Amino acid sequence: MIRFEQVTKHLGGRRVLDRVSFEIAKGETFVIVGLSGAGKSVTLKHMVRLLVPDGGRVWVGDDCVSEANSRKVEQIRSRFGVLFQGAALMQWMNVHDNVALPLREHYKKDDDEIEQLVREKLALVKLEAALEKYPSDLSGGMRKRVGLARAIVTSPEIILYDEPTSGLDPVTSRTIDTLIDDMRQEFGVTSVVVTHDLHSALAIGTRIAMLHGGEIIENATPEDFIHSKNEVVQSFLDAQYITREGDWKKKDAP
Amino acid sequence: MSVQPQQLGEPLNVFGRMGRTVITTLHGAGQGGMILAQAIFFIPSMFTPRRMHNVLFHMYLTGIKSLGVITVVAMFTGMILALQTGLELRRFNQEVNIGTAVTVVMMREMGPFMTALIIAASVGSSIGAQLGTMKVSEEIDALEIMSINPVRFLVTPRLVALMVMLPILTIYTNILGSVGGAIVGKTQLGVSFRAFFDNAQLYAANKDLYVGLFKAFLFGNIIAAVACHQGLTAQHGAVGVGLATRRTVILSFLIILVVGYMTTRLFYV
Repeated sequence: MIRFEQVTKHLGGRRVLDRVSFEIAKGETFVIVGLSGAGKSVTLKHMVRLLVPDGGRVWVGDDCVSEANSRKVEQIRSRFGVLFQGAALMQWMNVHDNVALPLREHYKKDDDEIEQLVREKLALVKLEAALEKYPSDLSGGMRKRVGLARAIVTSPEIILYDEPTSGLDPVTSRTIDTLIDDMRQEFGVTSVVVTHDLHSALAIGTRIAMLHGGEIIENATPEDFIHSKNEVVQSFLDAQYITREGDWKKKDAP
Repeated sequence: MSVQPQQLGEPLNVFGRMGRTVITTLHGAGQGGMILAQAIFFIPSMFTPRRMHNVLFHMYLTGIKSLGVITVVAMFTGMILALQTGLELRRFNQEVNIGTAVTVVMMREMGPFMTALIIAASVGSSIGAQLGTMKVSEEIDALEIMSINPVRFLVTPRLVALMVMLPILTIYTNILGSVGGAIVGKTQLGVSFRAFFDNAQLYAANKDLYVGLFKAFLFGNIIAAVACHQGLTAQHGAVGVGLATRRTVILSFLIILVVGYMTTRLFYV
């Protein structure tokens, strides 16, 4: 579904990605973890051509997104929904208008249909009551949930999540995890999640990759990831108090 | 519209720095020009009820919300012009000619110029700050991913509002400036209102009005292009937003001055 081939990227004179290659299959929840500044968000931005690689190629299905013309890029982007780290809601629009924005701009739907879809998606994220509120009136968790409702309102094939649980309390974090997991299980959506939160990664990921020094140093199922022999991975697990003793078994997302 | 961070290393010497300044300036001018061209291209797409509502909202912000400060500035500009020219003309018993002096100068130069400066400082800076904040908080990226062209969605409504409202506000500035001049003429120089406006009518030509309004139209385009370009290319968080706002005002002022001179040169020499 998404394939990175030897992707290299320099930012501010620093090599952020160094010949990175991986492939994400349809219906997977692929989680990218790593330290701050490891290039996780940069990787995500290449998938929707917000950044262009200095070397290598990025494929989405049969389309090479890194070399596509602007019309093709628009087509490719229509397959994606993105939840940004800060939700990236339009501050002058209320919750309803934020979620309705992609529908109003691209789909020939009448107001009733849009209204119904918006309410449906907001119900999924348990925010039906916040229709008329503005982003500045919402908490960080609520903003993220509105961002998620906007990302899924067009029923995209692929959803990218940039730090979906950062800055949230553990209960709200697990609610977001459940929503991400539901998107895969109920709608077969392919998800790419960038996170620091290994508990979340282990709960929702079908595969976990760790970026370090511009390279993918581990790319494995949660079961294999937790037993990785790589020292950097081990210290990352230790830092989040995740034990490798005994058989680790994936717990269903709550 | 996504702008990638610059990857330039430290320049080696003074020539390297000069070369970089030239390249960066030309690059910025090119980007600003492209944004303006794209925004003009999207003007026909504004004629839908929802988008027209957005355009009208920006016209309201540009026009109605700026009326207070424009009223004060226009009145005092006319009053200062009348007093300065009137005091000089009085030495030759020609103070009755302040009608022409004030009205022609307001229509040709001071009306569009003062209006543009006020709008650049108030509306332009606010556009630079707003779009800059949207850029650094990933809202522009979000629009691009939703395949919503940021230029059509954000720049064109503001451009239309500025290109329509600047000439209208200039007419308002011209009228108030002339009224201010007439008040000073009457109270300080002993020129009656009738003599002031008769004299103004005698020498002011339609061309003065049209050229002034044309300038105002150009200034509207300049403010929109500079403010939107600075906002959409802002980087590095709050500092970048501040820089975009500051650059919007400085660049708008400079370009307005240069274009104002060029237009006068084109039509009157």
